[in-house]
Amino acid sequence: MDFLRPASWPEALAAKAEHPAAVPIAGGTDVMVEINFDHRRPEHLLDLGRITELREWDGDGDTVRLGAAVPYTRIVEELAGDLPGLALAGRTVASPQIRNRGGVGGNLGTASPAGDAHPALLAGGAEVEAVSVRGTRLIPIDAFYTGVKRNALAPDELIRAVRLKKATGPQQFAKVGTRNAMVIAVCAFGIALHPDVRGVRTGIGSAAPTPIRATAAEEFLAAELADGGHWDRRGPLPPALLRHFAGLVAGAANPVDDVRGTAAYRRHALGVLARRTLTWTWEQYRGEERTPTCA
Amino acid sequence: MRVTFTVNGRRQEADDVWEGESLLYVLRERLGLPGSKNACEQGECGSCTVRLDGDLVCSCLVAAGQAEGRDVRTVEGLAAEDGTLSPVQRAFVDAGAVQCGFCTPGLLVAADDLLARNPSPSDGDIREALSGNLCRCTGYEKILDAVRLAAARTAGTVDA
Repeated sequence: MDFLRPASWPEALAAKAEHPAAVPIAGGTDVMVEINFDHRRPEHLLDLGRITELREWDGDGDTVRLGAAVPYTRIVEELAGDLPGLALAGRTVASPQIRNRGGVGGNLGTASPAGDAHPALLAGGAEVEAVSVRGTRLIPIDAFYTGVKRNALAPDELIRAVRLKKATGPQQFAKVGTRNAMVIAVCAFGIALHPDVRGVRTGIGSAAPTPIRATAAEEFLAAELADGGHWDRRGPLPPALLRHFAGLVAGAANPVDDVRGTAAYRRHALGVLARRTLTWTWEQYRGEERTPTCA
Repeated sequence: MRVTFTVNGRRQEADDVWEGESLLYVLRERLGLPGSKNACEQGECGSCTVRLDGDLVCSCLVAAGQAEGRDVRTVEGLAAEDGTLSPVQRAFVDAGAVQCGFCTPGLLVAADDLLARNPSPSDGDIREALSGNLCRCTGYEKILDAVRLAAARTAGTVDA
């Protein structure tokens, strides 16, 4: 094994072009587990730890450009205002030790359906900035997840950053697990209200081969909110609407039975999370202060 | 490969380090610092917790090469040179927060990190700060007592 230690981003891209099978390592919270357990023996480890711009974010204008290796600890502390959904999701990542190391780039690179950032990235309409020596392209998050632990990156590409519009409305994230810390999601749900375009986006985690949106639920809700004049009236949502939305979210999932839960449980729990998080975001939209709490 | 970094204020060099090796392995097996414990090797248990450039991390998930040139603080660096225990170590002894002792080094480093950042933590803060450290013996109550005791002593609200 070779340990490649580029000192700059251009050097990292050159190394990835020369060794397309090199495994990038930043926080190491996924990669080192695979190496410790002998599940992976890459010929080259590509250490991104020295590339400072990967650990920076900037929020000029209406978009946040979040460096791939900004650790979750800082996302939670610094971005709860601009990216509330992602900050809430980051808050549920593992433990302080892991949040100090792991970042969104790692979640995307691994592309596990259980990665905590994915529902928030889907709900926020993120774009992934994929870069190689050939240039930069922006991959819409909807096109990024291509299969179980597979993504749309080309072999010579590295994730430089994620771009997310600053929130224009309430966002929520909820996750089911056996305890609050150190939990791989049994299932997870993210929702973002986008009042500027009178739209709603969602993200489902751990309940399909890839992270997915609940598109039918989004379309139903957007139509109901528009037809009922809810965006302007800001009244409470009818219980039947909440129930139908929850049912559509549960129906969008394609879960499996595994050690963490059954498919039936995941579907049921997703419906509950969908109803709760929609209620929370809507109450927040109506101007009623509420403190985000555990689902 | 050779890896050079600072451990507890002292410059250390490790030779013949395998590229896939963890910082934890280097500390324990190459530098003779077995205080950080090796248990789950997947970041679940926190028994290998150290500070890397001031950040609390699981040393089993840091590739040795990533520590090059960095500053590492382990449990061995908590007590003074003359062996005087740090406030957190003293409080763990006095509160009976140690049973088999395997998780203790990681908990000490995590608790020390908490009190450095937040000298008077709430119970919620303490639970959150220690949520990445598993103990299979004590049931945690005495560990929480110890952290409260260390905080109170440091604040001078109880006698050391």
